[in-house]
Amino acid sequence: MTIADMISVLNARVLRGEDKLDTPVYTACCSDLMSDVLAFVDEKTVLITGLTNPHVVRTSEMLDLKCLVFARGKVPTEDILDSAAEQGLVVLTTKATAFTACGLLYEAGMRGVPVPMEWNTEDDA
Amino acid sequence: MEELFRTVYPVEAADYTSAGQASADIKRKLKQLGVGGDVLRRVAVASYEVELNLVIHSMGGELVLTVYPEAVQLVSSDRGPGIPDLEMAMREGYSTANEEARSLGFGAGMGLPNMKRNADDFSIESELGKGTTITMRFNLPL
Ligand SMILES: Nc1ncnc2c1ncn2[C@@H]1O[C@H](COP(=O)(O)OP(=O)(O)OP(=O)(O)O)[C@@H](O)[C@H]1O
Ligand SMILES: [Mg+2]
Repeated sequence: MTIADMISVLNARVLRGEDKLDTPVYTACCSDLMSDVLAFVDEKTVLITGLTNPHVVRTSEMLDLKCLVFARGKVPTEDILDSAAEQGLVVLTTKATAFTACGLLYEAGMRGVPVPMEWNTEDDA
Repeated sequence: MEELFRTVYPVEAADYTSAGQASADIKRKLKQLGVGGDVLRRVAVASYEVELNLVIHSMGGELVLTVYPEAVQLVSSDRGPGIPDLEMAMREGYSTANEEARSLGFGAGMGLPNMKRNADDFSIESELGKGTTITMRFNLPL
């Protein structure tokens, strides 16, 4: 699906990147833990998060993400949005909670990022 | 080995606002030097993790980027406090991050394992009361 499709599924509002809505997105990840995101997300993935601090945008920059969705109607400050725009990110906000946003996207055919098999954290001990 | 490029980034303890700026700059510099794709992303991720650890856990230190024709090297060294149990620290999920770091999305205890996974060579040395040094190498495609 494209970012434009996602916008209609989530009834989302575009905060930045109006000109890039035809970008395709392949998988999604929902997390408020930046290291988890850094561990297994790639550039084809859209990040859904409830955090609106600058590190969400910096994490996205490190991974070359194309699209960031803020759940529960959250909107980061203008300077955070501007730095997102600078790196070409499309930024959306949806009134849906993170859980509901994921459910809606899943229903529309979006799937999660594959997590490598060897990462069975239960084996850690 | 011939050094193509070298930069030193001082990293302040507890400076959460500018945390990540060194890594953003490292990524830009490498891109200018023609490094791209998978290697660039692996360096960026490892660099961000190691930089954030300096900010969150150390008393301050520095990040040194050196580029060779066949590899990128990243060395993080700090002024303490050192890591009491390295094996424990390397485990996924182990974290001593404070409330402030956690509120920003850190403290999953995934940083060190992420670095190890992304680097082609990873080594960590730590001495209590002295500091921690992490050396990572990323091979460049020929
Ligand atoms: N430079 C350092 N100085 C002192 N202690 C450190 C340093 N780097 C890591 N540690 C210790 O090792 C632990 C694990 O580090 P790691 O990066 O894996 O996780 P984290 O930083 O706690 O959380 P995350 O990286 O997922 O945000 C830290 O919680 C801390 O106790
Ligand atoms: Mg860390």
